[in-house]
Amino acid sequence: MDAQSIIAKRIANELRSGMLVNLGIGIPTRVANFVPAGIAVFFQSENGLIGTGSIPEDGMAHPALTDAGGRPVMALPGASTFDSAMSFGLIRGGHVDMTVLGALQVDGQGLLANWMIPGKMVPGMGGAMDLVTGAKRVIVAMQHTAKGKPKIIDKCTLPLTSVRPVDLVVTEMAVIGFPNGRATLMETGPNVSVEQVIAATEAKLELPGRIPEMQL
Amino acid sequence: MRNVSLKDAVTMIPDGATLMIGGFMGVGSPERLIEELVLQGKGNLTVIANDNAMPGRGIGKLVDAGLVSRTVASHIGLNPETQRQMIARKMEVDLVPQGTLVERIRAGGCGLGGVLTPTGVGTVVEEGKQRIELNGKSYLVETALRADFALIHAFLADYTGNLAYALTARNFNPVMAMAADTTIVTADNIVPVGVISPDHVVTPAPLVDYLVTNG
Repeated sequence: MDAQSIIAKRIANELRSGMLVNLGIGIPTRVANFVPAGIAVFFQSENGLIGTGSIPEDGMAHPALTDAGGRPVMALPGASTFDSAMSFGLIRGGHVDMTVLGALQVDGQGLLANWMIPGKMVPGMGGAMDLVTGAKRVIVAMQHTAKGKPKIIDKCTLPLTSVRPVDLVVTEMAVIGFPNGRATLMETGPNVSVEQVIAATEAKLELPGRIPEMQL
Repeated sequence: MRNVSLKDAVTMIPDGATLMIGGFMGVGSPERLIEELVLQGKGNLTVIANDNAMPGRGIGKLVDAGLVSRTVASHIGLNPETQRQMIARKMEVDLVPQGTLVERIRAGGCGLGGVLTPTGVGTVVEEGKQRIELNGKSYLVETALRADFALIHAFLADYTGNLAYALTARNFNPVMAMAADTTIVTADNIVPVGVISPDHVVTPAPLVDYLVTNG
């Protein structure tokens, strides 16, 4: 299994029936491909849709039915649409049970930077700041390193997305949580050793007595 | 509400106007009004909108034509032309978190001076803003936004100006329809009164100043 699929499939195991879930673009979008059998969740697109489905076949797209990236999607039975004030009321108001986002950096306390690189990339924060501030559970989906450099570092050097720490970081190498505000290695990736995770992580990791391998 | 031709609708808008334009990545944007703004070359515009869409699409057409001097948006990442003009200092870009942007517009349309939001506390978004502690939580004071004109696109408009929207083309449209001095609407379908049942009207007719005729 490739790195992105490992990450998406592991995060999909966090889904529970009835949850309202917002998926960011990139690896987070792929979580929808791995919803476990028997689990029914509502996916929200922040442009105003609950019940986001998959990509329509050629010729079946509707120009007024898109995801937050403007790409055509389908709506599932039971879907609902609403304006942006309602959409962000859901997000900020704590009605979204889980959000999955990408990251540029996560630090040892779980703080996230994912929206700009000053002087290089200034796309705008879109809905990311509201999602990280307001969702009940925030999960980061990302590759463990970028061009060989750790992305989980002591302290974020890029502008923060929120002062609220994330709940879980899932990479192809590890699942990391932040109990008591400290990065803690909860699981290792398939065929990855604890030592390999430590070597690829700049932040200091707490190591519990038992660190199981990810169940996919 | 008055009916107006596309040309006359855009003639009302002066250079330098502040516009709120509905749509999300071009979906639900009043495409015909945007194209007429380009045709009439209305410049030095301030555009308040979720995003700048992409080159050749929606608000992106105004950016391509160099008509926007300032934009207030949550995301410009899919419009490299906006980023180019921002770096070249031809356009000023004010980035606002999406939920904050829509609430500031809602406040502007609902008679509120602004809103208190936890979004952005402790980040660069807080710079220059007042922080308020309330019941043990921190909030930023985010001021209301208003515009000279709101340019709105609906799926249905009836002869009196009641509006209904389609699927994800609703987005910022109904919120912006309340927040400008003058609201101009285009609709995919102009229909007899009663086709939109009272329960399904999203934007009530008195909010619409001008309905652009089709054809």
